[in-house]
Amino acid sequence: MHTPLFQAQNLVKAYGANKVVDDLSFRINAGECFGIIGPNGAGKTTTLKMCLGQTSADSGTITAFGMDVATNLLAVKKRTGVVSQFDTLDPDFSCEENILAYGRYYGMRDADIKTRIPELLDFAALTHKAKARPGELSGGMKRRLSLARALVNRPQLLVLDEPTTGLDPQARHLMWERLRELLATGMSILLTTHFMDEAERLCTRLCMIDHGKKLIEGTPRELIAEHLTPEITEEIEGVGILKRRSNLEDLFFKFTGRQIRMDS
Amino acid sequence: MMQSTSILGLFTALGSMRWLSIWRRNFLVWRKQMAGSLVSHIAEPLIALLAFGYGLGTLVGNVQTPLGTVPYFVFVASGLICMSTMNSASFEALYSAYSRLDHQKTWHGILNAAVTIDDVVLGEVVWAAFKGTFAASIILIVMLGLLLAGGHTVTWHFVFVIPVLALVALCFSCMGMIFTALAKGYDFFAFYMTLFLTPMMFMAGGFFPREQLPNVARAVTEYLPLTAAVNLVRPLFLGYAPSDIAVYLAVLVVTSLVAFGIATHLVRKRFAQ
Repeated sequence: MHTPLFQAQNLVKAYGANKVVDDLSFRINAGECFGIIGPNGAGKTTTLKMCLGQTSADSGTITAFGMDVATNLLAVKKRTGVVSQFDTLDPDFSCEENILAYGRYYGMRDADIKTRIPELLDFAALTHKAKARPGELSGGMKRRLSLARALVNRPQLLVLDEPTTGLDPQARHLMWERLRELLATGMSILLTTHFMDEAERLCTRLCMIDHGKKLIEGTPRELIAEHLTPEITEEIEGVGILKRRSNLEDLFFKFTGRQIRMDS
Repeated sequence: MMQSTSILGLFTALGSMRWLSIWRRNFLVWRKQMAGSLVSHIAEPLIALLAFGYGLGTLVGNVQTPLGTVPYFVFVASGLICMSTMNSASFEALYSAYSRLDHQKTWHGILNAAVTIDDVVLGEVVWAAFKGTFAASIILIVMLGLLLAGGHTVTWHFVFVIPVLALVALCFSCMGMIFTALAKGYDFFAFYMTLFLTPMMFMAGGFFPREQLPNVARAVTEYLPLTAAVNLVRPLFLGYAPSDIAVYLAVLVVTSLVAFGIATHLVRKRFAQ
């Protein structure tokens, strides 16, 4: 088997007595969209932080592009684009300036960034907002600007932390469309989400985690076929009996339960 | 975490020039709002100079210092420029940097790109030092005009005030960054300002000769960064080379290095949580 683009092996991370990530392993092959799904507090964000070198694992190894992330962090970051869950755009900058400043953090030359800006704004459907500041943008536009910014250095791997949380349906669909376009160009994606429709639409493979442990891993269709009956019958009060195809959300509930998490 | 902060680490970060991208980011923001930000940093010390230099100066006349008899206007001007540098660098390293760290999450965004925490902290302290030095330089130009208009002698030594103040600004930027890394909110900075910066302002010899202080107070405040600043800058205003240059420069350099090391350690801890 060839070396995967990204590999996490036996990751463990504890904060005090609380084991947040417990012996988690996964790999991402080139050109693949790999999803980490799980309820709030399952350990998704901590896993991403370790993958991005922001916090160190208590044990386990992470390699990206054939390099150990802990000892080659900058080299790995140069080839990685990150869209975080919360907005980190510069409120004082226009869309163009946000991309310009961001390209400089990658050590890119101004001339190279400036040729890249129109392409990226076009990709993010923000050409008409080039001079606008983030305060004047909608939630979906801001998220697309964050995506455009993360692409400035032409990353091989894109890391997305809950990319469509808080967006309206139109904005979510546009985001998915753009991510699929990126996948089509051969880019690899690592994403976390708690939206099962998102995982089902985007992920080549995914793993479901809870309490820091991996529960299941595979392609969405395989997992559904393996663990669920093809059809689900639901009785909705006042509506009647609903028969539908089983989906990833049913699988999610099967493995993580239906109760509200008080600890998150 | 990944790399320990050491003098070597600092020089590696300096040499990589990655910090310059953070400096340029802040410069680009500042260019858009320069007028407003400069007015506040420049107006206050000049008003203080009017009050103390002309107001109090008329009553005091001359002061006796180890450097000889000095007109109070020159005496207090050389102290005020140090205090003003301390204040504007501290303000930038505290309030402005904290807003980028916490409120705007600018640092989170930057750290997702190909830079290290050392680069971000270095970019921020060099930026705060630049801003403090820039404001101080404009005040110095006004002071120079007032000194010449008042018939005071100014020599070529005056030119060296700017590099000394740049080091003073860097020193207070590094110290401020420690408190920024520890802060849970803007209120936290009031402790640092009232318990550390304000007492230092009065004890460092800016307003009156430190020889007037009780011996204990004098000994305790002898090697504070602002004392070092005043001891270096005042002779330059009067046309002499400062005595004990090496000692006072060492105070500023060592404080900067130690504070930078502590600040990067704390920021790293904060981001690992």
